[in-house]
Amino acid sequence: MSQIASPPATSSDLRNAVIRLAGNSQDGIQSVGAFLGQLAGTTAQEVMTYMTIPSTISGGPSIFQVHLGSGEVLHPGDRADTLIAFYQHSYDGHLDTLKDGGICFYDSDEVEELKDERGIIHIGVPFTSATIEAIGGSAKSRGKNIFVLGLMCAVYQLDREKMTGIIAKKFGKKSEDILRNAMLAFDAGYAWPVHDIEHMPMAPGENDAANRISTDGNTMIALGLIAGGVRFGAGYPITPWTTIMEFLRSELPKYNGMFIQCEDELAAVSLALGASYSGHLAITGSSGPGLALKAEALGYASMAELPLIVVNIQRGGPSTGLPTSVEQSDLLQAIYGSHGDAPRIVLAPKNVEDCFYTALEACRLAKKYSTPVFILSDQAIATRLEAFEEPDLETHWQDPELDLSERGADFKPYPLDQLTRHSPPGARSSEGKYPVVTGLEHDEWGHPSGNPNNHEKMTEKRRNKLVNFAKSLPLPEVHGENEGSLLLVGWGSTYGPIREATDRLNTLGHKVGSINIRHVHPLPDGLGELFEKYDHILVPEMNDSGVYGYGQLATLLRGKTCNPKIESINKVQGISFRVLEITSAAEKLIIG
Amino acid sequence: MSDTTSAAPAEKLTKKQLKADKPTWCPACGDFAVLASFFNVVQKLGIPHEKIVCVAGIGCSSRFPYFVNTHGIHFIHGRALPLATGISLSRPDLHVFVFGGDGDGFSIGGNHLNHAARKNVNLSYVVMDNFVYGLTKNQTSPTTPIGQRSKTDPRGAIDRPINPMAQLVSSGATFIARTHASQVKHMNEMFERAILHPGFGVVETLSECTMFNPGSFDDSIPRKGGVFDLVNEEEQDLESIAAAMDLSQDLSPGKFGVYYETKRPTKNELEREWLTDARNKAGDLSERDLLRQRFASLR
Repeated sequence: MSQIASPPATSSDLRNAVIRLAGNSQDGIQSVGAFLGQLAGTTAQEVMTYMTIPSTISGGPSIFQVHLGSGEVLHPGDRADTLIAFYQHSYDGHLDTLKDGGICFYDSDEVEELKDERGIIHIGVPFTSATIEAIGGSAKSRGKNIFVLGLMCAVYQLDREKMTGIIAKKFGKKSEDILRNAMLAFDAGYAWPVHDIEHMPMAPGENDAANRISTDGNTMIALGLIAGGVRFGAGYPITPWTTIMEFLRSELPKYNGMFIQCEDELAAVSLALGASYSGHLAITGSSGPGLALKAEALGYASMAELPLIVVNIQRGGPSTGLPTSVEQSDLLQAIYGSHGDAPRIVLAPKNVEDCFYTALEACRLAKKYSTPVFILSDQAIATRLEAFEEPDLETHWQDPELDLSERGADFKPYPLDQLTRHSPPGARSSEGKYPVVTGLEHDEWGHPSGNPNNHEKMTEKRRNKLVNFAKSLPLPEVHGENEGSLLLVGWGSTYGPIREATDRLNTLGHKVGSINIRHVHPLPDGLGELFEKYDHILVPEMNDSGVYGYGQLATLLRGKTCNPKIESINKVQGISFRVLEITSAAEKLIIG
Repeated sequence: MSDTTSAAPAEKLTKKQLKADKPTWCPACGDFAVLASFFNVVQKLGIPHEKIVCVAGIGCSSRFPYFVNTHGIHFIHGRALPLATGISLSRPDLHVFVFGGDGDGFSIGGNHLNHAARKNVNLSYVVMDNFVYGLTKNQTSPTTPIGQRSKTDPRGAIDRPINPMAQLVSSGATFIARTHASQVKHMNEMFERAILHPGFGVVETLSECTMFNPGSFDDSIPRKGGVFDLVNEEEQDLESIAAAMDLSQDLSPGKFGVYYETKRPTKNELEREWLTDARNKAGDLSERDLLRQRFASLR
């Protein structure tokens, strides 16, 4: 398989390839995945990745899975077509994730025992010694990830020129030596003779939109916040939220803003509220345990009607739980996690691209409704790579505003029948009377008041902001059948597997539709009527079915619509749904 | 995050302009004198009315913002300092004042005190220390002396009280003073110097709770037979941490005055320096074009 020109695409070319790299976290398998993802972005292919990272400081088993596709790619892949096993434990632990007849490339310097089963094709390649030979004696085992990247480029006939360009861009910044070694390793992998299989050229990508970018969900949230006008943030490190604060800490100063690392989560939410009170659009964020710590201040924000964007990158819980795995078990915390009746808005992005648009919407809503707005993402979206069209900033850019104009005699911060108004410090009062923002119940002018009727009216006022917002929301778009036997209802990162499951079920002759709900709180009006059009409603969620047998969204939907047909399928293994798991649960429900 | 400047010239404020709700404190509470002293100093310094922000957490003394007619925010228990940090950093044009008690500042918010001090956030903090939880009606506070009875220590307090002065010195506050609500002239001077200090200025103010802790500070009130013992600034090296620590060792009743004063770049200046450099590096690019450039790097 040495250096042959790519043959023209034929109908037999691969439209999808799922490659799983299994090794240790220090081997740089994440960067192999990232390179493949970036390549997909520049060659009009779709890509989605999935990784597990051990929650240790350095080392430990780790995987990175890349799903490349010529058309739409919705999930990281149920089973791998190709497994790359760096060690014995990688081989033993991941062979069963290969599909029947799949290909296993293994490091013949490391892996010994070979199981001959399910028609799996084993190809031994000495990753370690071949890399050392290519680079020279000093390399030890570094660079074998790039060797494997070269090997994959040859096997799947990926664009060699573009790939070497990406490597040059990445390593060229470091030093000439590092770049030269990387290129040597890549070329050695690319030229490695593989005898047991045919070439498997990927069909050309079909997504020819200009300006395609590839990145992860946390980066897109951060970029969306900047585009939406956020210029102040505060946080405390916690996985998998941390990369957002790292990004904003370095980026915001360029935009005349700042992000402050705080002594704890309580300080972080307080700093953000201080900036919000001062008239800026501010953000704080964390993962589940950190959000629990912020809960009191969020109740304050609800009471004082201060706008605030709150990011929660969910992970496995409760407590330290599974800190580097995915779960959707913070929905109820996001909606209700405070004291008293403290309404807030909760939005959930469905994929990496959607993180940007969800962040933009969160910025608009926080300003309009003066209440905390959650962006409820998860570990899977946060860390995986996808390729998609660059957002159009002409349309989406929102300039930050700081309104310090004089407030007149009629200034009333909390009018019962209107949206909240603010008078940040620095704004003069024509009457010479200045407001005190408070967490005590207060009247329309902001004066503390213990009057029983007033508390009821103001509670209703704060609730009605959300009631009116819910009325303005469009119903989520139905994918698949607009009526029929089953509606699959999801939120957040289950979007891909649910959509793929819908298509597969319809191919099998079932009449299935699906929706993904971005506005998880408040829920859009009209869901009840939509549910009436189907015989069954199934809600796949990555949280527990709880004492009463329903997942967190399913519980809310049952409460809202009183529809007894709503059923749950739950998964709490710290990994995303496989399409197959959803289709089998769906068929069980449809067929009975 | 842009710097904003007031178009209107600073007018001299009158006490009438500064007064708001009638204080709800108990008769003869030490906090009345603190309020009066704050009015005096603010009037004297001629700060523009709309630029003053009073911040507080929860407690008797934390009701302070309601009694001052300026922009104010009454926040949650213990978090006044981080909230004020957010205000100060994001709005360098404002004068930020934080008021609170010993429970708010040294107990539930104790860790924020360390960090606001070490970061040298530009704000002034007045702690009205009465050695007791008053709003919740007489429980032991972090500064309650050993042996003093309260509803939570009916046999007398058993836990060693914290030493606020030593804590402030060790955590890196750049202006640390101690005063007494019954000594108005001294209190005025300490507040004024804290406000004029660039950075984190704290004034620990003994303020008697006449309801649950009457007579607690008599030993430093001359007309009640006590001694109001002043720090001798002629002899004291105000920039010496060791000297400030020495002063902090005996607080019963201890000395009053400035314990420590030094100049260190504020958090506000250091963050703004980064911001200015980053903006200069961006040249003529608009913020929108900068983001566009960031997207291009992801292609």
